[in-house]
Amino acid sequence: MAWFIFISLAVLTIAGALGVVVARNVVHAALALLVSLIAVAGIYLVLFAEFLALVQVLIYGGAIIIVLMFAIMLTRNTDYPKISDNKQWPLAALAALAFLGVLAPSFIINRVEGTKSHNASFEGIGESLFTTWAVPFEIASLVLLVALIGAIIIARSDEEEN
Amino acid sequence: MLEAILLTISLDDFIWIIVGLFAMFTCLSIVVLSLTWLERKVLGRLQLRLGPTRTGPMGLMQPIADALKLILKEDIVPASSEKALFWVAPVIVVISAFMIWVTIPGTQTAVIQNLDLGLFYIIAFSVIGILGLVLAGWGSANKYGTLGGLRAAAQLISYEIPIIMVAISVAMLAQSLDLREIVDGQNDYIYVFVQPLGLVLFFIAGLAEVGRTPFDIYFAESEIVGGPFVEYSGAHWSVFFLAEYINTFAIAALMVILFLGGWSGPVLSGNWEIIWFLGKVYVVIMVIFWVRGTFPRLRIDQLMAFAWKVMVPMSFLSVVMTAVYQFYDWPAWSLTAMSSAGLAVVGLLIFKKMTAPSKLVAEVKARREALEAQRRPAASGGGD
Repeated sequence: MAWFIFISLAVLTIAGALGVVVARNVVHAALALLVSLIAVAGIYLVLFAEFLALVQVLIYGGAIIIVLMFAIMLTRNTDYPKISDNKQWPLAALAALAFLGVLAPSFIINRVEGTKSHNASFEGIGESLFTTWAVPFEIASLVLLVALIGAIIIARSDEEEN
Repeated sequence: MLEAILLTISLDDFIWIIVGLFAMFTCLSIVVLSLTWLERKVLGRLQLRLGPTRTGPMGLMQPIADALKLILKEDIVPASSEKALFWVAPVIVVISAFMIWVTIPGTQTAVIQNLDLGLFYIIAFSVIGILGLVLAGWGSANKYGTLGGLRAAAQLISYEIPIIMVAISVAMLAQSLDLREIVDGQNDYIYVFVQPLGLVLFFIAGLAEVGRTPFDIYFAESEIVGGPFVEYSGAHWSVFFLAEYINTFAIAALMVILFLGGWSGPVLSGNWEIIWFLGKVYVVIMVIFWVRGTFPRLRIDQLMAFAWKVMVPMSFLSVVMTAVYQFYDWPAWSLTAMSSAGLAVVGLLIFKKMTAPSKLVAEVKARREALEAQRRPAASGGGD
């Protein structure tokens, strides 16, 4: 049963990812991305990581996609067909391949021992996040804050030019 | 547990969940019908009108007549719209509205599937509904629709933050995200007594989240003629309408569970406690209608400024207050004092903003009068 659910979710994930690349309409691409991300949340559920699954739905399925749609709606209708293909595609393909090249060996080298998944409790995640992994966690939030301030500065400088 | 639904489910449980879902659907539909009637009656009273009177005794058949009308109405799909998105948008909105109710308990046992992370689940799935509104606005290929969709995205994402922060402070008080345990945690005192700021922030942000007046800016009829819903008619439109009322009911139910002690109350016991629950929920809904009948609609920039300059900082403050109170193990009244102080600040800010225009008018008037008083003796002096 779990195996069947995993396969269907995996197919859905890959189909969504393909849809993002193939779709000519940016809004359809964003929706395909949503399908892919929600399917990943389903895979987390199969792995008994329900907290991670809900975070995936909240942040990726909700916030990120909505902000993406917001940005798309602010652009003009006539721009859409041009966006789906541009000169940078060989670079993008190279980057994707390089990413696969890094990920695949790391999966092969660090083989997960045992196939039984164990339940990571909500309390356990919170505790390790604020004790063992406190410093990386804080660094990640700092990076996000810097990105946020950077976005505000860029938006402000545009305003002054006008 | 969520994975229980997916993996270790037996046929018997599965049948019960299906039965529960049907029961939930029926109950929510009846609730929506009752709410539309109640809203018209209450608003009528507030505006010195009678509300519906013609259909049935006291207009009680009005919601049924309305529902019939909506279903029989011609369903128009604009030629230039994105057909697929136009169809899928109401479905997303209504599914997210129903998904939330899967884990909201009416009493200790009256719940379809209780989840350990119930509160978090509700927040996660309520965000999906926003996407439906955005898609509806964009898919109907209408400039007012697109504007409304943009407004919906901006408004709902902004007000989601205070909701989440207030929910976190309640979860900290109860030491759980399980809605049943949150209600159990209020055995000694209900959380509104220790966190009044949280209740008010949750109420305001909840109004914005379900788009009730004074925050119905993303479908404001007088500005953008219905926003995302402008091209929808008949059955499609009624789906949005249904979702709106279900969400209103959900926000009221969450307020009751998080702050007002849920189904706990004297006299009744067992599953009869649902009467207390429904009674409290309807009281909260009455307040929502009352607010609708009292306050004028805000402007979009006022709304966003209020979200980011008042709601977000105050909701973070409420989390910090709760954390300090929990960490140092202070007595409960200290949190009450801190929270009330925060509430006073919010009240003062709202009061100042609301009285500012009338003050400006009074000032201008006073100045003009002073000017005229100055001119009059001069004019009479010239006549001599």
